[in-house]
Amino acid sequence: MAEVEETLKRIQSHKGVIGTVVVNAEGIPIRTTLDNSTTVQYAGLLHQLTMKAKSTVRDIDPQNDLTFLRIRSKKHEIMVAPGNLAFHFLVKLSFCFTR
Amino acid sequence: HPLLPAPTRLRTWSGPGGTCGDGEGAGGVPHPIPSLRPPAAGTMEIVYVYVKKRSEFGKQCNFSDRQAELNIDIAPNPELAKQFVERNPVDTGIQCSVSMSEHEANTERFEMETRGVNHIEGGWPKDVNPLELEQTIRFRKKVEKDENYINTITQLGSIMEHCIKQNNAIDIYEEYFNDEEAVEVMEEAPSAKTINVFRDPQEIKRAATHLSWHPDGNRKLAVAYSCLDFQRAPVGMSNDSYIWDLENPNKPELALKPSSPLVTLEYNPKDSHVLLGGCYNGQIACWDTRKGSLVADLSTLEFSHRDPVYGTIWLQSKTGTECFSASTDGQVMWWDIRKISEPTEVVIMDITRKEQLENALGAISLEFEPTLPTKFMVGTEQGIVISCNRKAKTPAEKIVCTFSGHHGPIYALQRNPFYPKNFLTVGDWTARIWSEDSRESSIMWTKYHMAYLTDAAWSPVRPAVFFTTKMDGTLDIWDFVFKQCDPALSLKVCDEALFCLRVQDNGCLIACGSQLGTTTLLEVSSGLSTLQRNEKNTASSMFERETRREKILEVRHREMRLKEKGRAEGRDEEQRDEELATDLEALVSKAEDEFFDIIYAELKKQEADAIKLKPTPQQPSSEEGQVVQEAEEATGERGGDEEEEDLA
Repeated sequence: MAEVEETLKRIQSHKGVIGTVVVNAEGIPIRTTLDNSTTVQYAGLLHQLTMKAKSTVRDIDPQNDLTFLRIRSKKHEIMVAPGNLAFHFLVKLSFCFTR
Repeated sequence: HPLLPAPTRLRTWSGPGGTCGDGEGAGGVPHPIPSLRPPAAGTMEIVYVYVKKRSEFGKQCNFSDRQAELNIDIAPNPELAKQFVERNPVDTGIQCSVSMSEHEANTERFEMETRGVNHIEGGWPKDVNPLELEQTIRFRKKVEKDENYINTITQLGSIMEHCIKQNNAIDIYEEYFNDEEAVEVMEEAPSAKTINVFRDPQEIKRAATHLSWHPDGNRKLAVAYSCLDFQRAPVGMSNDSYIWDLENPNKPELALKPSSPLVTLEYNPKDSHVLLGGCYNGQIACWDTRKGSLVADLSTLEFSHRDPVYGTIWLQSKTGTECFSASTDGQVMWWDIRKISEPTEVVIMDITRKEQLENALGAISLEFEPTLPTKFMVGTEQGIVISCNRKAKTPAEKIVCTFSGHHGPIYALQRNPFYPKNFLTVGDWTARIWSEDSRESSIMWTKYHMAYLTDAAWSPVRPAVFFTTKMDGTLDIWDFVFKQCDPALSLKVCDEALFCLRVQDNGCLIACGSQLGTTTLLEVSSGLSTLQRNEKNTASSMFERETRREKILEVRHREMRLKEKGRAEGRDEEQRDEELATDLEALVSKAEDEFFDIIYAELKKQEADAIKLKPTPQQPSSEEGQVVQEAEEATGERGGDEEEEDLA
């Protein structure tokens, strides 16, 4: 329990990290540092996208698996670490470096 | 005896109709006789008759092999052929396959819609009410206590940290080599390619004498067709001019039908539906494309020009309805198209400023720059460019100055869009660039070509690039920051002469019209249509340098002329001196002094110029030195002679 706290705190404290969301397989955010509506939005949308990405990787090569997903946009970068299919994944937003 | 000659009874087996056969049954061997019987119905039947003993019925069949026997031989009967008619050729379809038929079916329209679902709240289990905060918190706490959860989080946490650290360490998505992108040196050779060709749909071909691009978007091109040979227009030649849409080169979009062929045609830059045309018979006509192809307004014959109208340009006015036109009858007329029956103003191109139509020079090209609204220039048939001021008080003052230098009619006249003081003219076999300051001669010129030059235009994007067309069908692209003695690119567009040229505002597309009415659309390479680095400065310094050179030469010429005059005066003085002795002495010395003053002033100015200049040609400076020397030596004696000797 304490390790979980510690891990999440460490992640959040890194430079450029805006927020961290932990979502379970049903799409319920367990832990979040953002406000509720944003969290729920991210959770729902990214859940589907991660599933799609995972299935894509698996389709191409059944031995392969999705380890990480980065979505880079003009303003931010969304980083998704998918856990076991039945379990959790971590969503984190960070600043991207401006030119 | 098994084989007693029993009474044979002929049994015949045959098809319907029976048969008649003579059976010679002697010997007991059934001897069938195949026979033919033409039956009553007219069909031929082949019948094979055989005989079998009654006692042998039901007996086991014994098959035996024997040779083939010819039973019936039916010879062809040529008589029957006469009942038929021969048919040659015979068209019969023979197909050895299944016959199929083709059907079409159109499915019913099926409307599809894409919809999405907005996910608001997660998939809470049934027992948890998402609105109740307590329950959700309790659920969350429960999940967090799960062992799997803890393991997963630690594992994912480390992965996540790794990536975050990656991001923080170095921006992997950074734009590298950002600065170098700006400097893209185009080293490609200049080129141009033909995109489209618009041919005159009439059978009797006329020359395309003028082109005008549509002011908005440049998707349309108006082309004026006429035959400029004096009184040699072929009978039945159509008067129509066309507006072409660039997308459709097969058929013109609109035909403009004047009463006399159009020599020039211009779109109104303010109102893209209105076009102005100058006719071969001197009238001015205007069209509104919304109203159709017939002339919307026409000037009255009595007040129009008396020669073909060679130049028409729209003026920049608030109403957008003013224009002016020039013709070889020596007049330039201003019109307001709302009242096109009469010109609002007429100026006669008489350079002696006496307003005499007999002395007037025929105008063959017209120039007007919207940034200099009071000035306009006229190129004449006699090879002189007349610069005029529209707002002068008296008509005589309208003509400001003239520039002469061409040996033939000036077919094109245009100011440089970047440096309006310099303008380009085309006439005889050269193209010349002039500066307004230098009136005696052009500042830059091309060599004499083999074919007459017919039209020229500056590029609207590059100050140092201009295009010319020639009578042998070539289009030349000149870039004088690149090469001055030859065109940068010379293209043979067609075999017949090219009469007119127009560049589109983006500098990329050029349209040129030929003698047979074919308008060719070319695209120039990007090197020739994008502004190069530092080009503006280079071009302007070139213009200035050449202008200065011409000025020096001008001064030198003037000086030489003064010398000549002085010499002539001196001779006069000599003769008269014998007659009028004493009073003249005083006059002469006064004239001398005045003369010297002028010389000194000139010299001072020359010295000042010489200091400013860089590599000046040798001659002027050395002669200048000479002049200075000798002026100092000059003694105060009789004006003419001494001057002449000293300065020689």
